[in-house]
Amino acid sequence: MRAVVALWHRELVRFLGDRARVIGSLGQPVVFFLLFAGALRDSLRVGDQSYGEFFFPGTLAMIVMFTAIFATITVIEDRKEGFLQGVLVAPVPRSAIALGKILGGATLGFLLGAVFLFGGAAFGIIVLDAARLLSGLAVLLLLAFALTACGFALAWLMDSTAGYHGIMMLVLMPALMLSGAFFPQPGAHALVRLLMASNPLTYGVGLLRHALGNANMAMGLPSPTVCLVATLAFALASFALATFVTTRRSARDAT
Amino acid sequence: MNETLAAITARGLNYRYGERQALSGVGFAVARGARYAFLGPNGSGKSTLFKLLATILPLQEGELSVLGVDLRRDPAALRARIGVVFQSPAVDKKLSVRQNLTYGGQMFGLAGTELSARVDEMLARTDLLGRARDKVETLSGGLRRRVELAKCLLHRPELLVLDEPTTGLDPTARRELWALLRGIDGLTVMFTTHLLEEAETADRVLILHQGKVVAEGTPGDLSRSVGGTALEVGVDLSARDDVRALLAQRFGLQAIDVDGGLRAQAPDAHRLVPDVVDALGVRARRVSVSPPSLLDVFFAKTGGAAFTVVNEAPVKKRGRRGGGHA
Repeated sequence: MRAVVALWHRELVRFLGDRARVIGSLGQPVVFFLLFAGALRDSLRVGDQSYGEFFFPGTLAMIVMFTAIFATITVIEDRKEGFLQGVLVAPVPRSAIALGKILGGATLGFLLGAVFLFGGAAFGIIVLDAARLLSGLAVLLLLAFALTACGFALAWLMDSTAGYHGIMMLVLMPALMLSGAFFPQPGAHALVRLLMASNPLTYGVGLLRHALGNANMAMGLPSPTVCLVATLAFALASFALATFVTTRRSARDAT
Repeated sequence: MNETLAAITARGLNYRYGERQALSGVGFAVARGARYAFLGPNGSGKSTLFKLLATILPLQEGELSVLGVDLRRDPAALRARIGVVFQSPAVDKKLSVRQNLTYGGQMFGLAGTELSARVDEMLARTDLLGRARDKVETLSGGLRRRVELAKCLLHRPELLVLDEPTTGLDPTARRELWALLRGIDGLTVMFTTHLLEEAETADRVLILHQGKVVAEGTPGDLSRSVGGTALEVGVDLSARDDVRALLAQRFGLQAIDVDGGLRAQAPDAHRLVPDVVDALGVRARRVSVSPPSLLDVFFAKTGGAAFTVVNEAPVKKRGRRGGGHA
């Protein structure tokens, strides 16, 4: 337990100690949101929503995903720099190592998402009451945990950050694109709709929309229950995979 | 050796990376409190041995008992009692010296005032108190190694396992590192090295070649077992082959390459000095004799293999997770 807290704490300390990473993490979603919401302002409406209102929860999902990616890429750096090998010879179960690292990344994603959420409420992009705020934050946390666990499992198996970037562009970015964060499902090609329905992130983004009171009929979202069950399953499966990949001892655990 | 007094006993250790046999039939025993060296050139299997002792690799074949713990049964039980020092320091360069030690201690279950007291104690002991707030990336290689050592000693291990601990350190930093370890009572120290002079400072040495034990004993006994005298001739690279041929023809000496010249060992090599000087003339920059060293032991026991330390690239991995370097 102490080791989990230590690894979690280290993630936060390292994040806050890296000014460029803090600025990038906060600035990137704002820039993205303003560009998309500004550019598509009058050309795209989803039901009775402007594109800005529609894209707001999508941006939250994007924040959580990018934070998860940048947080788990440090697994590869930790391995390369040698830090990880010292952790692996400590009297700590490997699942605790995975948990500490994942909770660290998830906390960062959650906090950045929360900052953006409060910002959106302050600028009137989204209307929040106490119930929406609390359920929205809970979903953010769940989504952050699931995506960080997923990123951790991928990163553990990678030997280079370049390889991880490759996987990111090949798998993670399309998963975000096809999650309903950028465009609603109903208007898409049948094949794209199929991909969206089989994408776990679709249910995460859907759950976030339901929680924030952002859902409308034009989005063709699965029901809140389906979204919740699917997202919980995704989180559990990702964490199980993350702990599984760490349990195998191998020669590359030391340099 | 009495098993209860032994820090480590190993019997019939075999280890394979896919097709490549990294260790075959390795056995040895280390007494508690001893300083024990694994000596061998690259690829001799010493790093594999280190990884087995550090519980990084699972045991494949053979018996390995460390501090009374059977590594086949319970590697996790051992981790709290040993310290592992890696060739590339396991420190977070972006964090301060104190942060590194604090997190390191927490990984070993230390907390609160006990942890901070031990961190202070180790910082003082390793002479790092003045740098405690500095980020590790601002420190020299020697200081980084000291941070790593301090971190590995926080939980007061009974055994310290080190992989090539002085790689990249200058002679002063090397001396400081060994002096630091000598100052800790009762600590058993095992280390891998390819440096002969470093192995000679150990209580006992295990010499490895191609995954097999070629000799084991105290440096003194091992050197005496070769007998005779070692003769070293300083020769320019260009004249080396001629001189080697001449030494073989005229004096029946089988010479090996060493830094700056050739070295040969014979029962009465010291008597040959005037004749060698005479025969080589100006080609010999210097001629010296000395008692045999571990280099001569290696040469004699391997039947003439050269102790070459080439900086080879790590062996390409077989499959996704199998490989690594030995």
